[in-house]
This record gives sequence, structure tokens and C-alpha cells, in this order.
Amino acid sequence: MNSWITSNVWLIPAAPILAALLILAFGKAARRAAAPFAVIGQLTALTMSIFAFVPTLHSHGFRSVQNFTWFTFGEQTLRIGFVLDPLAAAMLIMIALVGLCIFVFSIGYMAEDKNFSRFFAYLSFFSGAMLGVVIANSLLLLFVFWELVGLASYLLIGFWIERPSAAAAAKKAFITTRIGDMGFFLGILWLYHRSGTLLFYDGGRGCLESVGLLALGASATFIALLIFCGAAGKSGQFPLHVWLPDAMEGPTPVSALIHAATMVAAGVFLVARVYPIFLVGAINGVTPSLTVVVWIGVATGLMAALIAVAQFDIKRILAYSTVSQLGLMMVSLGVGGVAAGIMHLLAHGFFKALLFLGAGSVIHGCHHEQDIRKMGGLRRLMPVTFSTYAIGMMALSGVPFFFSGGWTKEEILHATSQWPRSHIPYYLMLVGVFLTALYMTRQIIFVFFGNRRAASEHVHESPGVMTIPLIVLAVCAILFSVVLTPAWPWLENYLTGYPARFDPHLLIQPMIIVSLALVGAGVSLGIWMYRRAAGSDPIQQAQPALFRFLENKMWIDEIYDRTVIALAAIAARFSDWMDRYVWDGLVRGVGAIGHFLARLTTGADERVINAGVDEGTVGAHGFGRLMSRRHSGQIQTYLGAIALGMLALVLLYAWLG
Amino acid sequence: MPTLSMLLVVSAALFCIGLLAALSRRHAIFILIGIEMMLAAANLNFIAFWRFAPQPAPPTGVMVAIFAIAIAAAEAAVGLAMVIAVYRHFRTTNVDQLDQLKG
Repeated sequence: MNSWITSNVWLIPAAPILAALLILAFGKAARRAAAPFAVIGQLTALTMSIFAFVPTLHSHGFRSVQNFTWFTFGEQTLRIGFVLDPLAAAMLIMIALVGLCIFVFSIGYMAEDKNFSRFFAYLSFFSGAMLGVVIANSLLLLFVFWELVGLASYLLIGFWIERPSAAAAAKKAFITTRIGDMGFFLGILWLYHRSGTLLFYDGGRGCLESVGLLALGASATFIALLIFCGAAGKSGQFPLHVWLPDAMEGPTPVSALIHAATMVAAGVFLVARVYPIFLVGAINGVTPSLTVVVWIGVATGLMAALIAVAQFDIKRILAYSTVSQLGLMMVSLGVGGVAAGIMHLLAHGFFKALLFLGAGSVIHGCHHEQDIRKMGGLRRLMPVTFSTYAIGMMALSGVPFFFSGGWTKEEILHATSQWPRSHIPYYLMLVGVFLTALYMTRQIIFVFFGNRRAASEHVHESPGVMTIPLIVLAVCAILFSVVLTPAWPWLENYLTGYPARFDPHLLIQPMIIVSLALVGAGVSLGIWMYRRAAGSDPIQQAQPALFRFLENKMWIDEIYDRTVIALAAIAARFSDWMDRYVWDGLVRGVGAIGHFLARLTTGADERVINAGVDEGTVGAHGFGRLMSRRHSGQIQTYLGAIALGMLALVLLYAWLG
Repeated sequence: MPTLSMLLVVSAALFCIGLLAALSRRHAIFILIGIEMMLAAANLNFIAFWRFAPQPAPPTGVMVAIFAIAIAAAEAAVGLAMVIAVYRHFRTTNVDQLDQLKG
């Protein structure tokens, strides 16, 4: 079984995609069967992922590759393939497990939606495409799945198509990520031009292996930066982060699966996958491209954490926290902590999905109210949601020792502090850690503590189908910390391919004290500031201008409106003007010449020729009337006539030989 | 192993389905889809004849197909834009009601 699955990894994404096709094929009739189909597809993928995971444990640096020829074009052969290595295997399990929890949760959350089966078809489709991104062994195949994931995201953000805001958010997400993907595609072309292959691993000849990397030479920096454009678009990095908070218009399980746990992490995964390209020509682990990654990550992480402090929508707070955490992962990759970044990605997948599902449970309980100012005192009314949410909150804030997020954040801070180029990212990251603890405390106090407010009336705990996934994810968020403990850096060694050894000294480091103090400071400041806040924000009262700046997301959307979008509008208006006056004018000019010539000839016509022709026209008139009946204006009649004519020609041709 | 005639049968079937859709559907977008299917059938023919020519053949069949795909993409963009313009003007995309070309 194990060796069988390593040579057939493509079956893993195939299972959910097949489920999606089956659900779509049955249409609305499949309302009952949709959820079981989707869950079975996802379960199959999870089972196969586990079987695929086992052999990667046996040998360090395990890598199984199957390449095949897609098509031959002249002398060029385009080959694609699938790869199974520790990075892919770990991602497979995370995506399949988180996906399964979210599928089950959706059965409860979407129970009353009229497009229930369409929702599960899209979810399965997304899951299959995402699993495909992970196991692709060719940059082109990865790009194909990457775009499918983008399409699924578009379809699911705009799932409630009757809401104009959802349709607008879907378009915004699609177009913004397309800007990044444009760069990504140019990077792919450039890479193919230099190295002649898009396969990652190909027995020493792939583009991530020594020969391929040597062929890149100095252009590696630009290729890496172009690929990073795509990663920045997908992972919501500044300046392309604007779509991610708006994507919260989609149903909450979608936000949990796509815009928190898996798809937005695809950018981080991509950078980790093509890391050798970023590393070409590295001095001491620093290259220009990685430096860009670090600074973009720092800017994103800090900016999003600041904005999150001043949001009131429960999902938007989490959205900005996702953006901020993705920035953290990018920093980690940029400073050389690839394993730390991926470990944070995995841990983040679990606890952020947990937080979003918890938020979904709250929203469901509060009858689709999302404003945290109107909630409050839900602790007693929704005990399961509250306790699982608290676990997620502590994992995200980075409380060490028991929660997965704590350890991975430690690893990232550790890697950042050792970056040889500058220490500023490290200090800014510490500020980010403090802010994370602060805004999560703020959110949890507003929602779960204090007095009951408007939306807390008639609140009920969610049904078991929704709370059990929460519990499973909460257990994962805690148990995962066992694997992550630095005392036995098993996962890190698994990902990097070095043997693990036990070292208890790593457990207690001065670094941990610093971040523990910061987390403690963030949480206590949060409690002190917000404990009496009822329906309004103390920062808003103390610093209204600053708060407004943050609440309006630093006016980045407005800046884009005035600059990029205004420019596009001017270009569109210019094209319209060109079309209307210049090209149309040309056409009209030609027409006028024809008109003039016609005038000239009419004179001759009317006086000389007409007299004799008048007789003949009577017949033509009758014939014309007959013909005009054939002209019904029905386009399909014309089309049918064309088809008949073509058929007649073919028959004539066949008859003549 | 597919033979040339199998591919041609598939292509002919695809063409007929596309033609039927273009002739019988009343919705403008379905007519566009039908036209796309006929284009796909034509592309399939190009590829099939190229593939079964004596190898190695110059990749003319593939070139033509790629050009046709690119042109079809442009055509679909223009076609959809026209459907939207027509819808804005007439408030319908039912081609039975669009008979302004009547003679």
C-alpha cells in the first residue's frame, strides 16, 4: 500500500475532484447526497495522505518523483510530474485534515442554504486543487492548480451571488491575485528560457537541482522576485493584501478553509518549494530576493496587526491576523528559517481554521451578526465554542509550552534574530507579537465576556455537527505542540532531512522569556483596557484620529482608488474616445467619400439609364419581396442556412469526387 | 490506442453537438458555447491529422490549433461583451426576440 501510493500520489487530489464532479453532475437533485459525497472524497484523500506520509518517515530526505511527458512540440518536450517529499506529505495531511473538519462543520453551518450542493461541489473542487498544488513537481503544473485554486476562491467568495458586496469582493480577489500571477507567469517563462525545464526534481536535471540552478546565473534574482509576486498576491502580502479582508464576504467555512488555513498559505508554500532559486548566489544565507521577502513580510505583518486592533467585524479581525501571520511566515522564509516558516504554516492552519470556525459558530448563534460591539457575555451561552476559541486565541497569541503557535513563533523569532543583515525585522516582529496578543484579547473580551448586548439575546450553542470539528481542531492545536517542541526538533529535522536528537537546553532560552513577557504584556494590557468596554472602544475615545486611520485600513483602498484605478479609468476613457472619434471618424470619412461618389453617379443614373430600367424593376421588386420573407431577423435561421449551405457544398464535393 | 478514424468520429460528434446547441438553444450564451464546441472539434481535427501524419511532422497542426485557441479566446471575450451589450439594450438574451435584422 505504501509504495503503491508513493507512485500514485495523483490519486490524492483526484478523490475530492471526482466528488465535486459527481455532485455537480447530479445538480440540485443531489442536495441530500452532496455532503456525504464531499466528506467521503475528503476522507479518501486524508487516508491516502496518511499512507503517503508513512514512507516519508522511514528515510531522511525521502523523495519520490514521477515525471511524464505532457506533450512534444517540435523538438521541445514539456514534462510534468508529481513529487512526494516531507514538505508535500506534511502539507497533504494538514490540508486534508483541516478540510475534513471544515466540510463537517459546513453541514451544520450551511444547512439552510438553498445552494447546499453547489457549495459542497465548490469546496471539494477547491480541496482537490489545493492538494494538487502541494504535490506538483513542475512549476507549470503547480501554476495550473494554483489558478484552479484561485478560481475556487472566486466562486466561493461570491457564493452568495445575490449580494452585490460578495460579487464585488469576488471580483476584487480574482483581479488582485491576477496581478501577482502575471508576475508569476513571467517568472515561469523566464525560468523555462534559462533552464529549459520546469520540473523541480528530475534526477539532477530539474530546475531546483544543481545543473538547472547553475544555468540561471544572475537572472535568478529576477526570476525569484517574479515568482514572489505570485506568492505575494496569493498570500495577501503588502501591497496586494487588499483582497483578503474583503474575501470575508464568503460563507465562514470558506474563510476558514481558503482564506485562513490553506490557500493563502500556498504563497508561503511556493516560496518554500522554489527556495533553491531564492538561494542562488547566497552569501551567508542572504540574497537580494530574500531580503525583499523579509521586508515585505515585516511590513505586512506589522501593518495588518495594527489594523486588526481597530476592527469591529469578528471575521475581519481574524482576516487581518491571517495577513499578519502570513507576513511572519514570509519573514521566516526570508531569513532562512524555512522549516520554522512551514511549521508555523502547519500550526497556523489548525488554529486559524479553529478560530474561524469558532467565529462561524458565534455568527451562527447570533443570527448572522458579525459586529463584536453587539455581542458580549457569550461565555456561558456557548461554552464549547468559548473554550475551543480560547485555545485558538492562545495558540495564535503565542502562549508557549502548551499551544502549537507558541513554539513555531519562537522558532521564527529565533531565526529572525540571527539574520545577519539587520536586527530591525526582529524588533518589529516583537511589536507584532505584542499586538497579536492585544487584539486577540480585545476580541475575546468583546465577544465572550462582559454583559450581554443586543445580539446576545436568543443565542444558542451550535449543534454537534459544528462543535465536534471545533473540538477536533482544538485538540490538534494542542497536540501539535508536542511535535513542535524545540527540545526534540523532530518536525524540523523531518522537513530539512537531518536526523533528530533530543536536547532539553533548547526548551529554555532567553528568547522565550522575552516573548513570554511580551505576550503577557499584550494580554494584560488588553484585559486592563477592554475590561470595562461596553459597546465602544477605549482607543477610539482616547485617540479618535489614529483609530479612524486604522479602522479605515490605513486608507489603502482609497489610495488605490485614486491612483491605480483612476489611471485605469483614464486609459479606458482614452480608448473610448479613440474608438469614438478617431477610428470611427476614419470609417465615417470613407463612408462620406462613398456617399459623394454615389451622389455623382445618381445624376447620371436618373437621367440616362433609369428610363429603360423601370420596366425591369417590377419583376425585381416581386422577387425582392419574396426574398425579404426569408430574412426573418432570426439569427438561428441564418445559422441554419449556413449549415445547410455547407452541407450542400460538402455533398457536392463528395459527389464530384 | 486511438486511431485516426476514432478521433475523427469524436470530432464529428463534437461538431454536431455544437451545431445543434447553436441552432436550437434560445439563450445567446448557449449559442456561444455551441460555437466554441465547433471550434474545439476543428482543433481536434487539426491535431488528429498532425498526429497521424508521418512522424516527425513539422508542428503545423499544433501551431494552427494554438492560434485557433488564442483567437477563440478573443472571440469569446468579444462575444460575451456583445451579449452583455445586447442584454443592456434589449433587457433579454433570448435570440428569438432579437430580430432587428429583419429584412
